[in-house]
Amino acid sequence: MLLELHNISKIFGTGCPECLVLTGDDAERAICPRCHSVIAVNNVSLSLGGDEILGVVGESGSGKSTLLQIIYQDITATAGEIYFNGITERSGARTNILSLSPSRTSWIRNHEMSMIYQNPHLGLNFNFSAGGNIAEKILGSGEKRYATIRQQALHYFGKIEMPTSRIDDYPDTFSGGQQQRIQIAKALSSSPRLLLLDEPTTGLDVSVQARILDLTRALQYEMGFAMIVVSHDLGVINHLTDLTLVMKNGSLVEYGLTDQILEDPQHPYTQLLVSSKL
Amino acid sequence: MNENNVTFGFFDEDAKKEIRRAMLKAVALPGYIVPFASREMPIARGWGTGGLQITLSIITEEDTLKVIDQGCDGSVNAVNIRDFILQVTGADETTATPEATIIQTRHRVPEHPLIENQTLVYQVPYPEVLTTVEPDTARQKQMHANVDYAKLWVLLYEDTSQFGDSRISARYPVEVNGHFVMDPSPIPKYDIPRLSNNPALQLFGAGREKRIYAIPPYTEVAPLKFSDRDFAVEDFGGKRCQRCGASDVYLDEVHLDTGVSYFCSDTYYCDTQMETKDAAGTS
Amino acid sequence: MSDRVQQYKLTVSNLSKSFKLHNRGGTRVHGFADIHLRLQCGELLALSGPSGAGKSSILKTIFRTYLADRGSVLFRRGDGSTVDLVSCKESQVLDLRKREIAFVTQFLKILPRISALDTVAHPLIEIGETEENAREQARNMLDRLGIRRELFELSPLTFSGGEQQRVNIARGIIAPKELILLDEPTASLDQKSSNVVLELLGDLKRRGIAMVAIFHDQKKIDLIADHAVTVTREEKQ
Repeated sequence: MLLELHNISKIFGTGCPECLVLTGDDAERAICPRCHSVIAVNNVSLSLGGDEILGVVGESGSGKSTLLQIIYQDITATAGEIYFNGITERSGARTNILSLSPSRTSWIRNHEMSMIYQNPHLGLNFNFSAGGNIAEKILGSGEKRYATIRQQALHYFGKIEMPTSRIDDYPDTFSGGQQQRIQIAKALSSSPRLLLLDEPTTGLDVSVQARILDLTRALQYEMGFAMIVVSHDLGVINHLTDLTLVMKNGSLVEYGLTDQILEDPQHPYTQLLVSSKL
Repeated sequence: MNENNVTFGFFDEDAKKEIRRAMLKAVALPGYIVPFASREMPIARGWGTGGLQITLSIITEEDTLKVIDQGCDGSVNAVNIRDFILQVTGADETTATPEATIIQTRHRVPEHPLIENQTLVYQVPYPEVLTTVEPDTARQKQMHANVDYAKLWVLLYEDTSQFGDSRISARYPVEVNGHFVMDPSPIPKYDIPRLSNNPALQLFGAGREKRIYAIPPYTEVAPLKFSDRDFAVEDFGGKRCQRCGASDVYLDEVHLDTGVSYFCSDTYYCDTQMETKDAAGTS
Repeated sequence: MSDRVQQYKLTVSNLSKSFKLHNRGGTRVHGFADIHLRLQCGELLALSGPSGAGKSSILKTIFRTYLADRGSVLFRRGDGSTVDLVSCKESQVLDLRKREIAFVTQFLKILPRISALDTVAHPLIEIGETEENAREQARNMLDRLGIRRELFELSPLTFSGGEQQRVNIARGIIAPKELILLDEPTASLDQKSSNVVLELLGDLKRRGIAMVAIFHDQKKIDLIADHAVTVTREEKQ
């Protein structure tokens, strides 16, 4: 197993002992009636193999993006542990990556995991050129030779099917789809073992979406990393993922092979979601 | 108290104590920026009050003081600062680098190599090396804590890809003791190699920004550069000092009515060269 | 041959499946019940029966696209171990699908931006074949199945149903896995193409591949199947 999540919860607000019990799937709400906290993620556990592609699907407010942000540690979990293969204490015992020092956490974010955001302003620094953005990630993984950095930046730029002549251009001179592709190049330049994608193609034209999804699939196949894709679009999930997790009100309501989720959904909410596909 | 009813060194003892404690912390953490309560000085902020406060906190009657401004002992600011310090301490003065125990400098390292037990005090306008790439102070602190200087490196990458080298000439970022990256004050790149493994203690004071940092003696200081590129310093293309003829030192470019001339930036060095020339009987 | 019972490649026992529609007030729809099958390497088992009897559902349940209500689907892996597809973990199913079990669907799932040739060549490239060799073999397969040369570089998007299905079959059998499930492999094909497909399936049998295939035509079943199971609406015969 590459990644394991154990009982991850995220509560916005004061929280109380009944929060997790009074909210979630059965309770049909994500706000605690006692203390009015928002339970964005309610006791989610999952595991992911090294080359598996997991989709997390759910409607707005289901907690799917929050879950991803917790894994990447953009935000802090309220409860639960996360284990990542190879991250251990000196004794060799696996260690909860949520309890590591900031420098070890940075190390994981620079070497082991990468995240691609729906909003390119979150994933790219608009004050640096496209090449500079990719270089930032390469530098973060320890490379200090200019020639190597430049060559790798050009290499990944080519991999995302962009003309290398544009590598020194600034992100605001690119289209939305191109900005997403630059994010992909940046994310992959540190050769992460886990790639997280938060609604990577939402808001883009359909044809652009298709190209980016194809590209992502091809790169995953070639480089062999694991992926977690958050999307509300079942088409994206179907196209990209092997496994799917369905979230509602912060809870995990169903988990299974993607084709099983789409063709033989078990949970009422999943059935509703699947039947709502236009 | 001296005859003008001023405390020795202008400050009260509590003030000196606070500054000394900040300096000790700075020396214990090479390159780390330590905040201090910068006092009211008889010169305005931006004119060397940081360096001045450091000097006044460490100087004794037994010390010999040298003050230079861009290498020159005779510049107005250097003279005023030196006179003031001598007035409130009764220390000795000198222009000769090897004879000084404390050297306060604005924006240059003396050409003469320093020795143990000398202290070089830098006047610093902007202590924070990360300001150009990260204006948020909270994030700056986190970056220093995590030794995360990626943004500085990206700046270096951008400049290298566009211009072939960094655009920075003075205030070139340096890595101290393999850990913190700091701003060495607006000394030219020419002086950067002198910072490393220096037998003297180097103290940096920013009065307006209220920060102190330090490089202890014999500390590794390396300019930020890619491992496969050279660190290029200013090249005077064979020009010589018009006064003493030296060519292997940092030169000032002076535009006179007669045209462009070059003179040693370090006036004491120029004087020693002149003495050598006179002694040798050439002019 | 020793007299110990030879192990079966696939053993389906008591397999039953129904669908609960929560958004229709919890109605239960019957899928199939108490299915038993046994298959050895190199054998083809034909499933036949009236429309709606659950034949496709059985295949999908074996492939784990559907979750069984009860029963077991024991598959003997290449390394000799046995796994129950009904109860094993998703990771294992993914591994099996990658390496040992294939499903040839009734209709081609079109990836609009990929040519027919690349669609068929892809499974060979996946197992390490060079692009050149893969495309060469793909060309041969498409030729054999009677697809016109000028269509090779086009996306199957505009092909006829029969042409699409031939591309589908080509892709499904060009790099055959040890167990192949075929959902109506000859349904949209004319007599000539059907015969080619049956020939190809015969080749696979000789290579030791095990197959479960849905056929409607008794003649075809007689030609190719080693076992035949008729699925009725209530229970198998």
